[in-house]
Amino acid sequence: MNAGAVDHSRFEFLLRAGDNGLILGQRLVALLGHAPVLEEELGIANVALDLLGHARMWLSYAGEVEGAKRTEDDMAFFRNAGEFRNALLVEQPNGSFADTIVRQFLFDAWHVRALGAWSASADERIAAIAQKAKPEADYHLTRSCDWVVRLGDGTDESHARMQAALVGLWPYTSELFAADGVDRDLAARGIVAPEDLREAWLHDAQAVFARATLAIPDDAWAPTGGKRGLHTEHLSYLLAEMQSLRRSVPGERW
Amino acid sequence: MSEGLWPLWEVFVRSAHGLAHKHVGSLHAPDAEMAMLNARDVYTRRNEGVSLWVVKSSDIVASEPAANEALFDAAKDKPYRYPTYFTVPEGVKHL
Repeated sequence: MNAGAVDHSRFEFLLRAGDNGLILGQRLVALLGHAPVLEEELGIANVALDLLGHARMWLSYAGEVEGAKRTEDDMAFFRNAGEFRNALLVEQPNGSFADTIVRQFLFDAWHVRALGAWSASADERIAAIAQKAKPEADYHLTRSCDWVVRLGDGTDESHARMQAALVGLWPYTSELFAADGVDRDLAARGIVAPEDLREAWLHDAQAVFARATLAIPDDAWAPTGGKRGLHTEHLSYLLAEMQSLRRSVPGERW
Repeated sequence: MSEGLWPLWEVFVRSAHGLAHKHVGSLHAPDAEMAMLNARDVYTRRNEGVSLWVVKSSDIVASEPAANEALFDAAKDKPYRYPTYFTVPEGVKHL
């Protein structure tokens, strides 16, 4: 690599990690005032804030790696949909509570495995962020796991809703483990490749879905693109809501 | 989901090792497992504790407010139950 050139792979990796947290956090925040019970509302808010905290660390570092003096706020509020690198899974709509919980569980199970692997990264900053985020992600997984089992193995109605949510969201998980040039470049430099996480993730997910009496759909349609900036239509609407205030008064301070 | 279906739980937080658990409030949850998760989310958001207890409110036996006089008034006029009531005789050491 040329001296002074931007470390493109590292930058992309950090955007992917940061955007996953930012977008899923924003999705969850939209549930405030709408959760089924007060206790769940606070639980969701806690998860959202944790994810936002992770996103700040990843995106701040991304800005430093890029070297163009972009801050975490610039990253969050002044990029368009095509510049976001989050997985398609996290931008999917909240839907019913079943959709929200299944999306959360699929992400949390991946997140815990990913952070565990990144904790041993050759990049000390990535390792440090992952180590800090890991205990929080562990708790997120405990929560979403509890709900998946409870609702999956609950009433006929809750089971049917959870199974439908799983069928709808399962295809989006394959992208989490699909490696591209960025991932392969980083794997060669000591950052775990995503496909190496799939076996452990699948093992975790199968155990929970078995307890929840939910059937994992056959692998078929497997959309990708989020990591390259090709998103579903849902992301632009989410960004419009998230970014409109900041963009209407750029540079404004509290 | 009707909130009336979920039983009430009382939450106790130990703020530091060596201190007693202290009652901090209550919440609704369908069972003990979720009561514990909810207690964590509702009552320890600002680093309040190192240990949590949740107890079903219906399992707590409380004194009747109507019985307050019989239960507590008798202790009000017995100052000799406080160690400070007694004067220490001169010459007593190691007290």
